[in-house]
Amino acid sequence: MLLLIPAIPLAGAVFLLIFRAKVGRFAGAIASSAIGGSFFVSLIAWSELLNRPAESRAVGGRVFEWIAAGSFHADFTLRVDPLTAVMLLVVTGVGTLIHIYSIGYMASDERRGTFFGYLNLFAASMLVLVLAGNFLVLFLGWELVGLCSFLLISFWSHRPSAAAAGKKAFIVNRIGDFGFLIALFLIQKTFGTLDMVEVFARAGESPLTGSLATAIPLLLLLGCAGKSAQIPLYIWLPDAMEGPTPVSALIHAATMVTAGVYLVARAHVLFEQSLIAGGVVVGIGIATALLAAAIAISQDDIKRVLAYSTVSQLGYMFVAVGTGALSRSALPYVAGIFHLVTHAFFKALLFLGAGSVMHAVGDETDMKKMGGLRKALPVTSLTFIIGWLAISGVPPLSGFFSKESILAAAWEHGLPWIWVLGVIVAGMTAFYMSRQVFLTFFGESRVAADVHPHESPPVMTRVLQSLALLAAVGGLLNLTLHHGTLSKWLEPVFTSGVHIEATEAATPLGLPEVVVSAFIALVSLAAIALAYRLYLAPGAEKARTRLKGSLGYFVRLSQKKFFVDELYNSLFVWPGKVVARIAAFGIDAKIIDGAVNGAAKAVGAAALRMRMTQSGLVRRYAMAMLTGAALIVALFVVRVR
Amino acid sequence: MTIPVLSIVLFLPLAGALLVSLVPKDYVKLMRLVALASSIVAFGASLWMLFLFNSADGGFQLVEKVEWISRYRASYHLGVDGISLWLVLLTTFLVPLCIAASWRVDKKVKALNVILLLMETSILGVFLSLDLLLFYIFWEGMLIPMYFLIGVWGYERRVYAALKFFLYTLFGSLLMLVGVAALYFLGGRTFDLAELSRSGLGPSAQLWLFGAFFASFAIKVPIFPFHTWLPDAHTEAPTAGSVLLAGVLLKMGGYGFLRLSIPLFPDATVKFAPWLAILGVIGIVYGGIVSIVQSDVKRLVAYSSVSHLGFVVLGIAALNTAATTGSVLQMVSHGLSTGLLFLLIGMLYQRAHTRKIADLSGVGGVMPVFGGMFLIAVLSSLGLPGLNGFVGEFLILNGTFPVMRALTIIATLGVVLAAIYLLWMYERVFTGPVKIPHAERKSVWRDVSPGELAVIVPVIAMMLWIGLYPKPFLDRIEPSVERVLSNLNRPVASR
Repeated sequence: MLLLIPAIPLAGAVFLLIFRAKVGRFAGAIASSAIGGSFFVSLIAWSELLNRPAESRAVGGRVFEWIAAGSFHADFTLRVDPLTAVMLLVVTGVGTLIHIYSIGYMASDERRGTFFGYLNLFAASMLVLVLAGNFLVLFLGWELVGLCSFLLISFWSHRPSAAAAGKKAFIVNRIGDFGFLIALFLIQKTFGTLDMVEVFARAGESPLTGSLATAIPLLLLLGCAGKSAQIPLYIWLPDAMEGPTPVSALIHAATMVTAGVYLVARAHVLFEQSLIAGGVVVGIGIATALLAAAIAISQDDIKRVLAYSTVSQLGYMFVAVGTGALSRSALPYVAGIFHLVTHAFFKALLFLGAGSVMHAVGDETDMKKMGGLRKALPVTSLTFIIGWLAISGVPPLSGFFSKESILAAAWEHGLPWIWVLGVIVAGMTAFYMSRQVFLTFFGESRVAADVHPHESPPVMTRVLQSLALLAAVGGLLNLTLHHGTLSKWLEPVFTSGVHIEATEAATPLGLPEVVVSAFIALVSLAAIALAYRLYLAPGAEKARTRLKGSLGYFVRLSQKKFFVDELYNSLFVWPGKVVARIAAFGIDAKIIDGAVNGAAKAVGAAALRMRMTQSGLVRRYAMAMLTGAALIVALFVVRVR
Repeated sequence: MTIPVLSIVLFLPLAGALLVSLVPKDYVKLMRLVALASSIVAFGASLWMLFLFNSADGGFQLVEKVEWISRYRASYHLGVDGISLWLVLLTTFLVPLCIAASWRVDKKVKALNVILLLMETSILGVFLSLDLLLFYIFWEGMLIPMYFLIGVWGYERRVYAALKFFLYTLFGSLLMLVGVAALYFLGGRTFDLAELSRSGLGPSAQLWLFGAFFASFAIKVPIFPFHTWLPDAHTEAPTAGSVLLAGVLLKMGGYGFLRLSIPLFPDATVKFAPWLAILGVIGIVYGGIVSIVQSDVKRLVAYSSVSHLGFVVLGIAALNTAATTGSVLQMVSHGLSTGLLFLLIGMLYQRAHTRKIADLSGVGGVMPVFGGMFLIAVLSSLGLPGLNGFVGEFLILNGTFPVMRALTIIATLGVVLAAIYLLWMYERVFTGPVKIPHAERKSVWRDVSPGELAVIVPVIAMMLWIGLYPKPFLDRIEPSVERVLSNLNRPVASR
């Protein structure tokens, strides 16, 4: 039955790609039903888990033998446990909504059939990734979602920027997968299998020691950093905004980019082997969260703000799962997965809202050319505002609860500085999101005169409303980290392996939890107020100029994205091309082939000097060769004997 | 009396060549049809061989042995095992596609088809021979048709490329001839491979002979730095020539290591293995780096073969069942993926009359189906899981890792390089603004025709099969690889 979950969208993809020209306007309906079907089957799988006692909530097994040779053996194994069930419901649930939205968004694109085929293919691959019970199967899904990401980013491939962005995404991910592959070799060598259940059981029984304990998780982390756009491999995600907006919502916000977080959580037993590994996860997470937020603050492209925001929020999730690994306790992981879920709701909502805005203003993405769109787009603006408040951590919307859980987990497990930095990121998030909302929906209209903004069709706005509802009430999933529903559901997954539970809930300065929560909410509200002062309040422009006077240097750095792309270009891309040119046109053409041709010429010249070039001497050549050969053979036989 | 299946497979193409040569010279289409039909019949015969093949047995099957030159104890001795099985099938699978892909070639049609079929027989002979002399004759025999194929039907620099190919390989072959003769004398005056492997050569004889055969195999694979004939030959050869060169001919080198070097010179192989692995890894990385900046699509794919075949060499050098089984599968996979790339580049050239990357742009916008097929070939070549290339590469790297950790890590970089050079090429040729004038889009730049699809789709089907369910392939390769490698563990006395 589990095979059905990826198989239905896969069948949809194959059907749509073969009959892409004939399906016409039914493409979206077919694709949506396919992923809807998967959602339905996922619900059945979930209920099956629900009927079991908490300790034995796992079903699935081998589907067929995939690759086996010599001592190596990998089965195509699918498994569902509570963690996978959560991922399944997010991927198929949010996925179905985004498929439906795309019916409206892509209505006038003549390559709809192809688009929906790719979308279904993505869903199938992502479902293989989360269902995989074997590392190699996970890697299959992992690479295939990367392929679909490439196909969909460069969907409008006549635009060179789109094609380049797709290629960049694939190659940067491959660099991450280089680490992933080496990790697989190490796992296979160490545990003698790639089956997850066995690997985790063995790692739990006899913990790894030395550099191996650190190497495996860190190499896996390189793969995660590629897929989930973390430092140093985050640079592909902002460019990925070249793809159609529903793609950005589905792949580059709600599902695929969370695969790295999922993998850390899934392989938590391996990450718990070494404190260094956990520390690096936390460090990379918080650094990415800060850097991306600092860039998001000054971007003018409506989708780029959201892209950097996604990078930043993924950093938040890494902080959470890294804290789990570092402290070997379950609740931080739960906080990370909880944020993954709420983020899927509100970030999908924000991206789709941005798509609706772009739809309204003739595919304009520059927020400087928007403003005051609230009146023309009542549903879009209202739902976007809910998404904005949710991501900003305003209670009682979902983002408040999930962020608060991550911060609480960090504090409880002895990471006060991470807590402080996390609160700063929360403030920055509230600031840039408010800036975006004010620039887009409020204030004076700066829309070009010939553009007449209009609300999107119901097929799109209904989806926005559904996601807004989820983003608003998603916090109900886990009202408190220690006693919430999701915590109870997920805890058994993370209690295997080496495990230490935090003795008691600790808070900053020993203050009551409510006070701490209120403080975090206040930071967000203050950031919103600051954004209001700078972008909406009377005299905002003057305040901005004044601020630019004192912070000009930082603003320019932020606008230029801290020159990271330029740095990579001059460090890797450019020298790489030089090396390749030297290798191809220097070493290969001149030296190696030059030696070959030179030898041929020398023989020719010698022959000329010896006047052996007249016709008829080919036979003499051959004779000489054969005699030579015979002599060598004779020598050989005599000597070697 | 048992039916000599292998002889039928081996000589059907030769019979086809005779038939084609009998067709009167005005019936050009008939020549093509006869050639295509006989190559398809040969493929059918090889499927029959596959049907008769017992997958549990790692030894030689369907063996035929007839005395030939009894004075020198050379015999007509054929047999197939799990290693040669798939190489034979790859050959009989690709040749019909090559003949179909040459349908539009109007230059000396009869000679072209005769040569393709002759080449098929001599390639099959290499894979099926169990007698050293027979092996050598087929090995050498293959050289002549390929020389003419490049030199007559090739592109602009065909004469240079053909001569270079000929001299390069001839140089290797001469050393092999020395090796064959020496082996005959040292190995107890027989050409029978099984007897030779039991003859127990001394360590120093093994080293010298290994070296003599190595030169020939290394040029054929090709192993860095003996590779510079390859880009010229592949690029200048006509489509059918490139497909056969990359698809099958290069495999003869890897096959030679498995069939001759390991069983005949086990001690020398063990001694040389680390060096072989280093050369393989250099090939992987160097071939990948050089591919990046090629300006000609075909030359780029040619250089990518240096990289991909490096994996094969590395897997063989690991000398363990998993990695070496991966190498054999990788040989088949590379034949399919690079074969398809060359077939597609041929179709592209028919429309564009150029292979320069800089002259092409937005081809996928005009021919979306063609672009999609090309992308599948690219993905297969860069080792995407789910397609054929991944299975072999993974088995090789995973099998090599415990033995040679640092080398494996460097080799894994080849996976990143493949993504860079292939996708960058794809980006420049297939995406971006369409430069092709509107008038030509419906006429010259038609998307793939049904005839072209008939060539492409079977290859893609095989790629998916190997990628998703390689079990039938691996199950048959593994026992034979195990048997070959068992030569290394035998005590010296019993050799």
